Amino acid sequence: MHELGVTFYILKDVKKVAEENDVKKVNYVTVEIGEVSTVIHDQLIDCWNWARKKEEVTKETEMRIETLEAVTYCEDCKGEYRTVEYGKTCPYCGSEHTYLLRGNEFNIKEIGVDDDT
Amino acid sequence: MTILELKQGIFKENEVTADGIREEFKAKGKLMINVMSSPGSGKTTTLVRTIEHLKGIVRVGVMECDIDASVDAETIEANGGKAIQLHTGGMCHMDAAMTKQGLDAMGIEDVDICFIENVGNLVCPAEFDTGAAINVTILSVPEGDDKPAKYPLVYEVSEVVLINKMDAIEIFDFDVELAKKRILACNPNAKIFCISSKKDEGFEPWIEFLKSRLKEAEAIQHE
Repeated sequence: MHELGVTFYILKDVKKVAEENDVKKVNYVTVEIGEVSTVIHDQLIDCWNWARKKEEVTKETEMRIETLEAVTYCEDCKGEYRTVEYGKTCPYCGSEHTYLLRGNEFNIKEIGVDDDT
Repeated sequence: MTILELKQGIFKENEVTADGIREEFKAKGKLMINVMSSPGSGKTTTLVRTIEHLKGIVRVGVMECDIDASVDAETIEANGGKAIQLHTGGMCHMDAAMTKQGLDAMGIEDVDICFIENVGNLVCPAEFDTGAAINVTILSVPEGDDKPAKYPLVYEVSEVVLINKMDAIEIFDFDVELAKKRILACNPNAKIFCISSKKDEGFEPWIEFLKSRLKEAEAIQHE
């Protein structure tokens, strides 16, 4: 729902790293998004393709998205399970004393740049 | 092709700014509280009542955050609070940088507790740290007791949940116990207070909570 907001964070970070490394053109940026981070991939890419034109260095930067699996931990039976399939209820023991181990990440993993820039 | 590894959270810069705001408030012995809810749940009315209850004891400032209009800031000022209206420029939430701009414009020297009245929205505001020390969500009776089940994150990050419009409980199919159970499933430590801002009912525990947290903040400052 706030893809546009995070797009500007990404743009700012990519621009900063490009400047620090004296890069003139960024070919792609890879972001890692957890399965339950509430970010819609298609919308993020749409926002990115609009916003990237605002900066010279990102004008043609492709956004690549890698999905990270969401895993929940059960405090009662100590089991781990896939969050997307079972939600807050542990499929092994039925407990709701569970918490998300991982899967709400939203990271910039890397950017790719031409060697000659 | 050269690959530059960043491996950093997209919200990192926001978190750093938010921590800076929290440190500033801590150093000054003041409190900032972020109020979130759906549109129309009674955020402004609840803040007006809160200002009334704290009148003469605690100086209150309110940052009103909306996409447009300034009706809320006018209401707060008419009721004795210090207010500033921020327009988020179409954004669905407040972040720490916007909060900082608002604080700089409003000035907090003559304020003890500063409330952020976040954009009415149960989704996005929960994702962005504003720099507030305490997050509060208002759940109003007409919205239904299922909201904590549908929008868990905003309840997970909230230390306090105010169930508002209790005066309308007879009209709506709202199960208070079920709502509480669902809130506690999101955050087992949540403090839940039932209030009616319209009728000015049930405010004592909420006001006591604010006073005691402000006292703690002032005590830390004097250490």
